[in-house]
Amino acid sequence: MRPRHAGGVPSARCAWGHGELTFGQLPYDVAHLLGGGMLLLSFMLLYQRRIAAVINALAMQGAILAAAAAWQGFVQAAPQLYLTALIALAAKAVLIPLALRLAIRRLDLHRAAETALGIGPSLMAGVALVALAILVVLPITAGAHAIAREDMALALSVVLLGMLMMITRRNAILQVVGLMSMENGLILAAVGVTGMPLVVELSTAALVMVLLVVAGVFVFQIRERFDTVDIGLVEPHRGEQP
Amino acid sequence: MLTALALGITVLVMLAIAAVPLGRHSHGGAIIHGGCLLATLFLAGLALAALLAGPPETVMALPFGPPWGPALLALDGLSAWFLLLLGLIGAAASLYAIGAGPGPARALPPYPLFLAGMALTLAAADAFLLLLGFELMSLASWALVAQDHREAENRAAARLYLIFALLAGACLVPAFGLLAGQAGGLDFATLRAAPPDGWLAGAVLALGLVGAGAKAGLVPLHAWLPLAHPAAPSHVSALMSGAMTKIALYVLARLLLDLCGPAQPSWWGVPLLAVGAASALLGALRANMEDDIKTLLACSTIENLGFITMALGLALAFRGADLGPLAVLAAAAALLHALNHGVFKTLLFLAAGAITHGAGSRRLDRLGGLIHVMPVTALAALVGVAAAASLPPLSGFAGEWLLLQALLAGWKVADIAFQVVAAAATALAAMAAALAAAAMVRLYGLVFLGRPRSPRGAGAREVTAIERWSLLLPAGLTVLFGLFPGLLVQLAAPVLQLLTSAAVRPPASVLALTTAEGASAYYPLAVALLLGLALAALVLLVRRRSPGATQRGPVWNCGFIDPPAHLPFGDPLTQPTAGGIAQPLRRMLGGALLAAREQVEMPSPGDPRPARYEASFRDPSEPLLLAPLARLRDDITTQAERLRAFTIRRNLSLGFGLLVGLLVLLAWLEAR
Repeated sequence: MRPRHAGGVPSARCAWGHGELTFGQLPYDVAHLLGGGMLLLSFMLLYQRRIAAVINALAMQGAILAAAAAWQGFVQAAPQLYLTALIALAAKAVLIPLALRLAIRRLDLHRAAETALGIGPSLMAGVALVALAILVVLPITAGAHAIAREDMALALSVVLLGMLMMITRRNAILQVVGLMSMENGLILAAVGVTGMPLVVELSTAALVMVLLVVAGVFVFQIRERFDTVDIGLVEPHRGEQP
Repeated sequence: MLTALALGITVLVMLAIAAVPLGRHSHGGAIIHGGCLLATLFLAGLALAALLAGPPETVMALPFGPPWGPALLALDGLSAWFLLLLGLIGAAASLYAIGAGPGPARALPPYPLFLAGMALTLAAADAFLLLLGFELMSLASWALVAQDHREAENRAAARLYLIFALLAGACLVPAFGLLAGQAGGLDFATLRAAPPDGWLAGAVLALGLVGAGAKAGLVPLHAWLPLAHPAAPSHVSALMSGAMTKIALYVLARLLLDLCGPAQPSWWGVPLLAVGAASALLGALRANMEDDIKTLLACSTIENLGFITMALGLALAFRGADLGPLAVLAAAAALLHALNHGVFKTLLFLAAGAITHGAGSRRLDRLGGLIHVMPVTALAALVGVAAAASLPPLSGFAGEWLLLQALLAGWKVADIAFQVVAAAATALAAMAAALAAAAMVRLYGLVFLGRPRSPRGAGAREVTAIERWSLLLPAGLTVLFGLFPGLLVQLAAPVLQLLTSAAVRPPASVLALTTAEGASAYYPLAVALLLGLALAALVLLVRRRSPGATQRGPVWNCGFIDPPAHLPFGDPLTQPTAGGIAQPLRRMLGGALLAAREQVEMPSPGDPRPARYEASFRDPSEPLLLAPLARLRDDITTQAERLRAFTIRRNLSLGFGLLVGLLVLLAWLEAR
């Protein structure tokens, strides 16, 4: 995913002029801080055992994503990114966490959830994935602006960590959280790239809402039938057995 | 000229599109096949003009193509030669199809598409268009093989055919890809400018041989051929056997002799020689065992393709050893035999169709005595089988004579190992030629001579006038090509130059074929004259010596009683059967090569059951190639089935692992 300079917002309209942004300049530092915050929250998602705390971390990540989108809108002078930020704030920081909270209240899931992989190994795997993301992204985007490069590396890390969370958690609700976190990473990548049309973000957001609904229905169905949402206990009941 | 070529191919594609609505119309078949007839005749004329006047030097860029550039169309000597073959065969097959009446509507659109695919393969001047045409040809012919899909064996044949066609594509795509990867372009001029060497050349040789061999039906990849040809309608079998397999060999020649450059080593010819010799022997032997006309002809096709492949291999070997004149001799053998075999095998397949049409069966044991009721078909088929048995002065002999001359000169390559291989190949080729002659005698004798073997066969009728003309056209060409092979070889002079990169006079004069040194020559007209004189003398002698006119009397029936009323044509068992004639060869050679078995089941005294005699054989590719592959497929599916039992987390991990693996690969590639 190379930044699209050709069809994007002309750099003359950029609020911070033509110069290359690096360390020590405010737009770069703030974008870096927000992206780093999201990555930090991804690690929190990875090691947190209590479900309520996991959902809090997800809401926090959504709020930071909204802030990052708004900041990018300001830096790139792209007003449509404010809309993205608004959607992210409403959906990711408020609505989805509320829905998940409602779900755990209805399902009575306040206790800690089991992980399939221990906390230590998952954190180590997470660090390795971040290193991998940086190794992959930085050489590819050698010609791009430093701000976009950092953003892409952070976003890929968040996506990979979300996926790792889906694998290491055995609780269906937490797998949904992992999926949402992955999507946060995707949006972070999208807002970091100059000139990405709004429709991409809107459609991604709509897709995630649909996914949440479908996943929620499934979780409730599973709970109703098997009296658990631990997928390890559900698997023996699959319809097709070899 | 290239515009005309593009126009011809476009007309064929348009005919295929028009065939969809016309399929239900009562005259739709005649219109489409008539259009194909005109288009193929046009293509043949175009090819002939290109060969006579020299092929056009230019390359035409088509308005479509792969994303990186336009597709290129060209016509050089090699493609013009095979286009001539395709045009002639396509015309005869289309004419037959008009006469044979409409088949099912679904079989109509693939037929022009099949012709268009073959023409496109020949006209292509870049690897992309060539492979596109090749795959179009494969898929369209698959649809034609599968058209009568109500019978399980036809479905199985079509499936096997499709698998081999896919194998051919899966090998040819990387073969051209390897060439293009190091040359930096897909068009033939770029590929020619950067010939491969080292392991790359070896890989291209192996992939090209497997890919083209699977499509041409060379041993050991021939299993589909005797199954697919009988499943298709006769005119399609004729096209498949006469033209499609030759197109595969065209791709082989284009890839190995042209695009890989003239500097390849001499040993490149050895795999082709070995595969060709094995195909020739196995095909000829199987042709002696089969009791279905079309299967028999398909096996004979394997044999003849083996001969052509041997000639190509010899051309490669001689060229690598800097023996220009001999390379030209071998290449001339390949080209001449490809053309001649295409024509006479088309004739024989169309005759098989006419027999099926007129006498209601393809089984040798249900036919017999058709020379009385189908005289025109019998005459045309006689020309065809005589050519297939490589009797001079017919066309089959000329190519095989050139091939044997080239093989006998194999000792001139300095390498002792190659000399041994060439000597062995000579022996096998001679044996295959003799076996093919035996198979053709068996075919003609059982089908046309003797008495009918079944009531339906006794009630056979001659086919329609159009079908008769469609047989006489290739029969006339067979005689003509047989009498003037020298002219054909001279016509192929630019092709020989292209294939061997040697500026040597083609091994022919107007009336004769000569070897390179001029040590020996073959004058077909003189042979024909001598044979004619001998025949005339014989007829005169018999006339002179015999007392009266010919009289027909009852057949001496070995002391058996006269035929009973319910069997007006006599007991079929008093005539030799297909299995009976095959028995000596089956006992001599079949045991070792074809795992032939004979079993006599004799009931104990007092048991009223009749004694039974059963003979069977099995093609070696079945236990040695197909059965292990089928087992491998089953094993893989069993393993793959375990994936379905994965848990959600494992499924997710699979995708995650793949993603991380790809990212690691990417990072590693960037770090280099």
